[in-house]
Amino acid sequence: MLSRRTLMLAPAAGLIAVPAKAVTAALRVAFVYVSPVGDAGWTFQHELGRRALDAAMGAAVRTSFVENVEEGADAERVIRKLAADGNDLIFTTSFGYMNPTLKVAGSFPGKKFEHATGYKRSVNLATYSARFYEGRYAAGVLAGRMSKSGIFGYVAAFPIPEVLQGINAFTLGARSVNPKATTKVVWTSSWFDPGKERAAADTLIAGGADVVTHHTDSTAVAQAAEEKGVFSIAYNSDQSKYGPKTCLSAITHDWSAYYIRRVKAVLDGSWKSIDTWGGVKEGMTKLAPFNAAVPEAVRKEVAGVMAAIGAGTRKPFAGPLADQDGKIKVPAGQAMADKDIAEMKWFVDGVQGKI
Amino acid sequence: MRLERRAAASAAMAVLAPVIAVMLAGLGAAALFAALGRDPLACLYTLFIAPLADGNGWSELGLKATPLLLCAMGIAVGVRANVWNIGAEGQFTMGAIAGAAVALGLGDAGWFVLPLVLVAGVAGGAAWGGVAAWLRTRCNAHEILVTLMLSYVAIQILGWLVRGPMQDPEGFNFPQSPMFAASAMLAPLFEGGRVTGALVLALLTVPAGAVLLDRTVAGYRLRVVGLAPGAARYAGFSERRAVWFCLLLSGGLAGLAGVCEVAGPIGQLMPSISPGYGFAGIIVAFLGRLRPVGILFAAVLMALLYLGGESLQITQQLPLAATGVIQGMLLLFLLAADVFTLFRPRFSRSHGDG
Repeated sequence: MLSRRTLMLAPAAGLIAVPAKAVTAALRVAFVYVSPVGDAGWTFQHELGRRALDAAMGAAVRTSFVENVEEGADAERVIRKLAADGNDLIFTTSFGYMNPTLKVAGSFPGKKFEHATGYKRSVNLATYSARFYEGRYAAGVLAGRMSKSGIFGYVAAFPIPEVLQGINAFTLGARSVNPKATTKVVWTSSWFDPGKERAAADTLIAGGADVVTHHTDSTAVAQAAEEKGVFSIAYNSDQSKYGPKTCLSAITHDWSAYYIRRVKAVLDGSWKSIDTWGGVKEGMTKLAPFNAAVPEAVRKEVAGVMAAIGAGTRKPFAGPLADQDGKIKVPAGQAMADKDIAEMKWFVDGVQGKI
Repeated sequence: MRLERRAAASAAMAVLAPVIAVMLAGLGAAALFAALGRDPLACLYTLFIAPLADGNGWSELGLKATPLLLCAMGIAVGVRANVWNIGAEGQFTMGAIAGAAVALGLGDAGWFVLPLVLVAGVAGGAAWGGVAAWLRTRCNAHEILVTLMLSYVAIQILGWLVRGPMQDPEGFNFPQSPMFAASAMLAPLFEGGRVTGALVLALLTVPAGAVLLDRTVAGYRLRVVGLAPGAARYAGFSERRAVWFCLLLSGGLAGLAGVCEVAGPIGQLMPSISPGYGFAGIIVAFLGRLRPVGILFAAVLMALLYLGGESLQITQQLPLAATGVIQGMLLLFLLAADVFTLFRPRFSRSHGDG
């Protein structure tokens, strides 16, 4: 893509015989993070994506990020400043940035914006998210095979669709190998609160759970499980160093390929405002390497489930599906539509806890 | 070393002390920037000057200072009467909720929606402060604890509302309310900026606060209750009334701050509507020495530090923690300068007379 500066300089460059490439400015790409980068968690995975983008594109891009940006009134100022400062493509990586991003995109029609996990788009604002629940289903199979009690503990932040999809998919995965499995849920009402997450995990373990997992941002659950000697399955990032003996695996996010693809699209002029909801198939949802405690047969089975989900032959929300009250939500022989998955606000049979 | 109160603080030092403190903090910041391998002058420029380089920067400064000023002013009036409202964050939240309820209930009914939204915001915040006042005067439950704890209650209520009764039915079950209609929103003061009339309201509290505290009988009573409760009782000044007055006033102002955020730059109710304005208001109140004009300066300084911190991240790629260190240094130097203006250090070898 030629920037205006390149166009203006091109004739001059020709005259003094400087190769045109030398005056082509790098594409400037900025990321807005909701929390500090840290060394694990939601923001850390986006940061890994940014670093991969840097490594893959070299001098063609110049990336930067702003961390710990509040989702309230501050977000709009930060996004606006990034756009005014000359960034060409801006990724805003938390749901609460939706309306601010939309507003800023409206005032900078020449720039491109991408908002993670939202649903509002415009000519120059695309959206993207991942089917985290696909990894959750496979993790449920893993938990089901490794558990003795058939009771799972789930530390969850907020009852929004993304979290409910995960809890339901995990439970369905576990029930596919142990029909009596139940999942107990404790809400923390915070994405990042190591103290509360720790207390919730302790409560769940005391209540008989022998595999715990979480949809929160810290490493507290893996650490609690390691201390108590029960298994854990981590979320967001590989947390094996926080649970060397007990952290069975982790459902991880990988945004690298997506970020590289979108930046290339801007560079070659093919960028369009689209909605991307990738999963196992696109490599956006993955499982971290298995712990040594996972037997070979289970590894093969879980890897097989992942492969089947990636190939589309196994759908986590395939019927027959009943909610907690036994009401049929998806009849046998059908799979849930994407729209219904996106708006999910109920628990499947087998989950203990209320929304 | 011990500190001895000066008989009279030097008038020149009262003005110079903050200037010296800012310069010391600037030197400290420059050293930090150099240690991080950045150009110190460019970074100082980014921190203090660049955010105000254009009209939009001033607009953002006003936007950021407004809630700080409103929260701090109420807190300061209370502290002068020895009534400690630590829970402006909760009153801010309840004000936002009450205003949002009116905004969503009335929709685009007409010009009268916005005044009602603002009144509801003030009432919501005052009511939340009133709960603490009632518990203090009725059950003698201390307001420090009660107001702080009620903040967490308010935040949980907000979280429940945006996932339940006030959730946007077309919002794919995300935790947020519908956007407010135009007639419920504060309009920007000028085209292209985000600062609203809320800034004017906040600025009006500066002369109002000064008159209340220093020129009225009511303010005199509050100060007597705060400084000498025994004398106040003897003079027949009711402590009860002071508690009610302070908590209703500071609650109302915090509520106004809250409703002006949701009916201004945010435009809807969502789980995170405040980056801790209510708590930062306590720092602002004390940084401003509990005096209205001082609070105005303190609020502007805090707002500038927020903006400058963002700029440092964006243009210099400095980590957020570096900004935190600089903010901490500045507050430390300001408070230290304050101490040495009011007190004289005495160095003595004998330990017996201390």
